[in-house]
Amino acid sequence: MPIRITREDVQRLTADGAVLIDTLPEGEYAEEHIAGAVNIPQKKLTAQATAHLAKDVPLIVYCYDTD
Amino acid sequence: MHDYVGGKADWAVHGLPLEGRTAGRRRAIDVVRKDIPTCGPHERLGDVRERVRAAGHDVCIVVNERGVVLGRLRRECWEREAEARAEDCMELGPPTERPDPFLHEVIDRLRKVGSLLITQYGSQEGAGRLLGVLFREDAERTLAENERLPGEDAPSS
Repeated sequence: MPIRITREDVQRLTADGAVLIDTLPEGEYAEEHIAGAVNIPQKKLTAQATAHLAKDVPLIVYCYDTD
Repeated sequence: MHDYVGGKADWAVHGLPLEGRTAGRRRAIDVVRKDIPTCGPHERLGDVRERVRAAGHDVCIVVNERGVVLGRLRRECWEREAEARAEDCMELGPPTERPDPFLHEVIDRLRKVGSLLITQYGSQEGAGRLLGVLFREDAERTLAENERLPGEDAPSS
């Protein structure tokens, strides 16, 4: 179960090297995404899809908003 | 795994860095006026009038103790009854909008209603809290100066 975090948490974690994953469709990612984020659309978000990412840093996923 | 529940919308409305083809396109929150006077529902309209005049505006937003929008007062209210309370004259259900839509997404609505109260959205703490007021003329000017609407051709050179 993912841990819910805030904007401030994201800033702190990414400053420490966390990987930010934009789960929106590729077209939306191309239009606009959080600086530094990589794109893995939600439908493709599997263990295999994240296998190439660093294992020793936190992974943060986001979409447009889930509030 | 961590889940940034506020997502891109939350990031964008706080002015944090974005990248991509349309990054930098202005959103509602970018053009709001934050100096619009507010008052509580039980305030005397005569007192409200003084505050609104001092601020140089002709509208006042009625909010509760948490800043959540309850209604809107126009000039006719405080010029008519100084002793009445804001809640007796306020316009209920003024048009509101989230802070994150792009200006081109709200411009048609703005042209119909003139202004939109931009409020905190979702289940976050402070939902419904007034963030500012977006006026049609500000949005139109910003779009004219900075952006073309989707579908508009680039000017020929």
